[in-house]
Amino acid sequence: MFFKYLPACLLAGAILASTCRVEAQTETDAILMNKSQFCSGFLYSHSAWDEYWEGTLKRNNLNLGTVTTQSVLYMATYGITDNLNIMAGAPYVWTHASAGTLHGMKGVQDISANIKWRGVNHAFNQKSKLALYAIGGFSTPLQNYVIDFLPFSIGLGSTTFTGRLMADYKYKRWFTTLWGAYTYRNNIKLDRPDYFDTHNHNSNEVKMPNVSTFQLKAGYRGRYLIAEASLTRMHTIGGFDITRNNMPFPSNQMNASVVGAGVKYTLKQHTNLSFIGNVGYTFNGLRINDHYFLESRNVGKATTFSGGIFYAFYTQKTARAAHKDNTHQQ
Amino acid sequence: MKKLTKYSTIAACFGALLLGGCSKDIYDRTANIPALMPQVADGDAGEWKPYLLASNEEFPVAAPIAVTNPDYIAQVNEIKAAQADYTSDEAALVKYWSAGAVLRWNEIMRELVSKRNLPPYQNDDGTYPAPSSTNPLAYPIFPFANPPYAARAYAYVAAAQYDALIAAYHYKAIYNRKAPYKADSTLNVKIPKNDLPSYPSEDAVVAGAAVELLKLLFPADQDYINQRAQEHMQARILSGANVRSDLEAGQALGKAVAQKFATRARGDRAGTAGGNQASWAALENDCLARGEVPWYSFEVPKRPPMLPGFGKVRSFLIDSLGVIALRPGPPPAVESEKMKQETLDVYNYIKNPSRERIRIVHFWADGAGTYTPPGHWDAIAADEFIKQDLSEVRWARNMALLNMTLFDAAIVCWDVKYFYYNPRPTQLNPAIKTLTGIPNFPSYISGHSTFSGAAAAVLGHLLPAKAQVFADMAQEASMSRVYGGIHYLADCQTGLEVGKKVGGYAIERAKTDGAE
Repeated sequence: MFFKYLPACLLAGAILASTCRVEAQTETDAILMNKSQFCSGFLYSHSAWDEYWEGTLKRNNLNLGTVTTQSVLYMATYGITDNLNIMAGAPYVWTHASAGTLHGMKGVQDISANIKWRGVNHAFNQKSKLALYAIGGFSTPLQNYVIDFLPFSIGLGSTTFTGRLMADYKYKRWFTTLWGAYTYRNNIKLDRPDYFDTHNHNSNEVKMPNVSTFQLKAGYRGRYLIAEASLTRMHTIGGFDITRNNMPFPSNQMNASVVGAGVKYTLKQHTNLSFIGNVGYTFNGLRINDHYFLESRNVGKATTFSGGIFYAFYTQKTARAAHKDNTHQQ
Repeated sequence: MKKLTKYSTIAACFGALLLGGCSKDIYDRTANIPALMPQVADGDAGEWKPYLLASNEEFPVAAPIAVTNPDYIAQVNEIKAAQADYTSDEAALVKYWSAGAVLRWNEIMRELVSKRNLPPYQNDDGTYPAPSSTNPLAYPIFPFANPPYAARAYAYVAAAQYDALIAAYHYKAIYNRKAPYKADSTLNVKIPKNDLPSYPSEDAVVAGAAVELLKLLFPADQDYINQRAQEHMQARILSGANVRSDLEAGQALGKAVAQKFATRARGDRAGTAGGNQASWAALENDCLARGEVPWYSFEVPKRPPMLPGFGKVRSFLIDSLGVIALRPGPPPAVESEKMKQETLDVYNYIKNPSRERIRIVHFWADGAGTYTPPGHWDAIAADEFIKQDLSEVRWARNMALLNMTLFDAAIVCWDVKYFYYNPRPTQLNPAIKTLTGIPNFPSYISGHSTFSGAAAAVLGHLLPAKAQVFADMAQEASMSRVYGGIHYLADCQTGLEVGKKVGGYAIERAKTDGAE
């Protein structure tokens, strides 16, 4: 069900506020609601950093101290069929810095909606199973929040379209999932009439580079307990580096590598109710012989944790009767 | 209907996504403006009054060769050869530069200011390195193009272009050499024709003056500047507007005039405006001696105040006694009830800022990494001048008047700031969190207000029909600093008034420069 890594939110607190657009959760896991099953809940996230990458230079900023982004996400998922789910969510986000004089921002951020389809669900034998998914996503700001005030902005203000392909292999109760996503980001408009990125623009419109994201995760997936570890890589296709001692800009090339872990537990006595918890840590890729791979740039070196509670039920009695309880598909 | 369009766009994007994504081209206000077609040619501009030149003949321009001379015919053939394989890139270049030389060089300057307007990062020991004009490429790259630096740079370039252009118009009238397309009617012309003599080329004068001064003002960007100048000259050849000798004479004239401005710039006291440890301490001690609370820097580590000696820089229009005469009375005493009320007012503005107020703050912020408030007023002015179909020389005259007054506003405002050395609102109430960065210099009087008051006055004189629009913009720019939590109301109101008086000096000059 709603167990996932919120790759987006792991980056929250990356300078990149939009990454905290906790994307409607379940588009990044290999779990589906059953037909006519409805699940919704709240997720609180806390992400903080006191170091960030200015281009690839890791630095602190005594005029910011620790920058904290918090959010509460409401989201809901519904099973149209056992193989087709729709989901939607929106967070309220607020930001704060421990030092300096700048004013934090707060507000409702972007609504996101996803449709998730399982095209292949093949059992090799009693023990091993392969499933393939295609997921389409859309997100857009719910209000005209301030974009051009990073790292305090609550989001990047772009309307996005995401296509995602996912493969999930399960052996007994052990699983591994791999997905890749491509996000198209619409241009955004600033409050100021002109701006400089790598040259001057007589325009308030900013071309937003697209983003690709990959995640590999593995763990245990039982009926009541799920536990997993993950590696997420976000890469901005284009964009530019923050120049020396400059402020970040929405169309910076924000790249991040994040390791994470999470659990979800569904109560045995009340299978309507489940709890989830995640942690994530942004790191500077891997260094091999002075070469960096999966290097992070123009994002905060964030540590993120989140916790949430979700409630699931069937909208049709007949559907309920077909299943043992409210847990996710096995 | 609007919603329908929005939804159809979204639907179209979804479709286009499958085919490789929507167009992300952004609209640029001046990318597609038409070629300059002046309503008034200003052919008499050769007799207008220069800023620095002793006369319009201080730098003589040699007589050109006749249009019947074989050398001249060879130069026309150079145009024809260049046009023979006219590519779309070349057409774009011609289109870009035909919009006007003063406009394009002003845009290039705004770009250079934006690029170099970044405060240096601190040293390990908590001090700050100063950019060095003798070693411009070492970090911190020279210059830190902050508002006073930028105001001065815009002013010198604009005034040099103006002085060089009126000298050029003077010689155009004397020599009266026809444009190449008039000398050879078979020549293909890519821009609107006019009756102005083409020797020396006004475009080359403008580019020559800019290149020579920008070498001094933005030494780290010389390659880029030279490349733009080369493109500019190439566009003039490709378009059929000028032969090589028009350009060479123009560049030489522009360069010679600019060198005179560069010499003045080296002695205008801006070089020492940064001060030193002793002068910074003196500012604080003098303030304490007056029984007042001195300003301190909000940056960590504390950064020395920005250009405390800028009030002593030599203006073109106001002498040093005039600068002192423009100094307003003191701000309310820090311990006074009035100041407590002003501080409380600022706190109330930032407590729960509306989205519209934040928009205003950010619209006018023009902080680090931007073209600064003087650049913003240049952009506002340029948008209006484009609509007026001005001649190249009137563009230069208007931009010079505007940037002279912005330079004066910087001098007068900085004089006031360091005379009173007044703290920012956040220093008196740390609960005041700001919606834009707190500039690293004293509060009274507001720089944005002084710049805007002066610019709106001068633009109102140049375009009387829009005077109220400019005044309203200045008022909004001024208030944006209170909404942002970085200025008291008194800083802004007094700043606007002082700015308006500063603008009066440029207006007086405008009335007597021969162009009205």
